[in-house]
Amino acid sequence: MKILVCISKTPDTTAKIAFADNNTKFAADGVQWIINPYDEWYALVRAIELKEKDPSTIIHLINVGGADADPIIRKALALGGDEAIRVNTDSTDSFTIASQIANVAREGGYELIFTGKETIDYNGSSIGGMVAELLDMPFVSLATKFELAGNMATITREIEGGEEVAEVNIPVVVSCQKGMAEQRIPNMKGIMGARTKPLKVVEPAAVEALTSIERFELPPAKAGVKLVSPDNPEELVRLLHEEAKLF
Amino acid sequence: MSVLIYIDQAEGQIKKSSFEAASYGAKLAEQTGTTAEALVLGNVSDDLSALGKYGIKKVHHVADAQLDHLDAQLFIKVIAEAAAASQADIIVLSANVNGKAIAPGLSARLKSGLVAGAVALPDTSNGFVVKKGVFSGKAFANIRINSPIKIISLTPNAFTPVLGEGVAEVAPFTATIEAPKVKVTATNKVKGQIPLSEAELVISGGRGLKGPENWGMIEELAQLLGAATACSRAVADAHWRPHHEHVGQTGGSIAPNLYFAVGISGAIQHLAGVNRSKTIVVINKDPEAPFFKAADYGIVGDAFEVMPKIIEAVKKLKGK
Ligand SMILES: Cc1cc2nc3c(=O)[nH]c(=O)nc-3n(C[C@H](O)[C@H](O)[C@H](O)COP(=O)(O)OP(=O)(O)OC[C@H]3O[C@@H](n4cnc5c(N)ncnc54)[C@H](O)[C@@H]3O)c2cc1C
Ligand SMILES: Nc1ncnc2c1ncn2[C@@H]1O[C@H](COP(=O)(O)O)[C@@H](O)[C@H]1O
Repeated sequence: MKILVCISKTPDTTAKIAFADNNTKFAADGVQWIINPYDEWYALVRAIELKEKDPSTIIHLINVGGADADPIIRKALALGGDEAIRVNTDSTDSFTIASQIANVAREGGYELIFTGKETIDYNGSSIGGMVAELLDMPFVSLATKFELAGNMATITREIEGGEEVAEVNIPVVVSCQKGMAEQRIPNMKGIMGARTKPLKVVEPAAVEALTSIERFELPPAKAGVKLVSPDNPEELVRLLHEEAKLF
Repeated sequence: MSVLIYIDQAEGQIKKSSFEAASYGAKLAEQTGTTAEALVLGNVSDDLSALGKYGIKKVHHVADAQLDHLDAQLFIKVIAEAAAASQADIIVLSANVNGKAIAPGLSARLKSGLVAGAVALPDTSNGFVVKKGVFSGKAFANIRINSPIKIISLTPNAFTPVLGEGVAEVAPFTATIEAPKVKVTATNKVKGQIPLSEAELVISGGRGLKGPENWGMIEELAQLLGAATACSRAVADAHWRPHHEHVGQTGGSIAPNLYFAVGISGAIQHLAGVNRSKTIVVINKDPEAPFFKAADYGIVGDAFEVMPKIIEAVKKLKGK
């Protein structure tokens, strides 16, 4: 079986969020880049677990991005992918990214395509659904569990206030979130091995972007906290009732 | 031309987030001088003409049991057909769980730009620019859609519905329905609880509560206020609370009217999931807890002393 795992590069969760060039670009100076947590902890690790169960499984990683993504791709390979493909283009348009992934996937004949639930920078939650449609494959989003028996995948996904279990035949595109797997740390053998695993760089196909970022803005600063004495918590209830009118 | 709003339902009932999308779509139709039409899929028990109150003029209803559960591929095809039939140039959905599954594929199918997770009406003074949250609530981006058809998914709880008097015309819509490839075999809902993603009030606990046995006060306050319960990742990881309650960068992202945090430090990754809440209240015994910087109201004190008094005061207020 062949699995494609979509890996994106995002700023570290503690990175300071600031913008440059008249608020048109993320100020990346000094920012540490990581594998998007959903891609690493859930999508990739679940794929690795499937390979551990069936060693004939092949895991390919894909990233759409510039050469500055190579370190995080290497880290993903250290965790467990067999080989990686980087489509050499930088874009913030989901449709462009998804089209590049779909082009590679079409050639590769994957039975499973895993993405993270969303990127923690652009929060589109979009790439997986777009890739599925472009490939005319079923899409199951926000998955918390994934089991495979023969060609039949049994997937648990989030719904409002609970979960739903769905069955679908592979091939399928799945977006992964908490519950799918547990975070892993790459070991020395993995890190050494990753150096010699293939990281193929391919040039992008021409795709017209459907959206463009006009400008970023930061939320208005909070007015500051109104503190209530711990001896008089009743006052907090009064404020929430009368001033904030919350209940 | 029209604005087509996809109305999402579960077990025959329209979701709150879809009423928000309906009202948002109707306002957008007003803004662009077109009409707002809605699309409902599957069997529903709600009176669909009541969508008129949200500004919807016409409701297209495909009452087919194969659409009672989500198969994104199938839903996308049906919505695309309805969009073509009503000549929609704008399609609005809620960015709720189903919207996240449908909107991207619809965008790819129609080659139409999507802004996922909009938080405000578009600026149409010069093209079509929609504001959405990015960097997990730490910033916003204004995104221009360049395609002729525009698709917007609206963040739940970001837009307050405006209610009027109208009654919508309800008409059956005939679409090509293929057998769904994704078959739902079981649904497990936490009974009697308010889904976190739809809740207006949320009471949340962190590791400061010391153990799962102390969650009674969180649950009692939530029950009194009709609030949902949430927790920090540390708490979910320790299995004190179920995973679906975990909010933050790697958990759920919510924007309720009230987020009431007890014994949570307010780590940046926690804030990422809750900082769009309209009012944040923090109870923490450490005056240096980072959460106070993001809070509107707070008490520096011991939760075990403060919470019982808060519960008593709420009981009194509610006449219980
Ligand atoms: C990549 C990454 C992603 C992450 N994602 C998330 C996420 O999605 N969500 C999330 O929550 N965290 C996330 N974290 C973890 C986060 O950094 C914190 O470790 C976590 O939020 C801490 O949980 P806590 O506040 O409950 O516990 P603690 O940090 O232990 O804080 C407990 C707080 O309770 C207070 N306290 C103690 N006793 C009392 C008392 N009697 N009365 C009142 N207050 C008391 C303490 O002063 C303290 O502030 C992530 C971390 C990383 C690295
Ligand atoms: N540039 C990219 N290259 C490869 N995969 C990506 C890229 N951007 C996003 N993805 C994948 O798509 C998922 C959803 O991203 P998004 O739609 O941007 O929230 C991510 O969790 C990744 O798995």
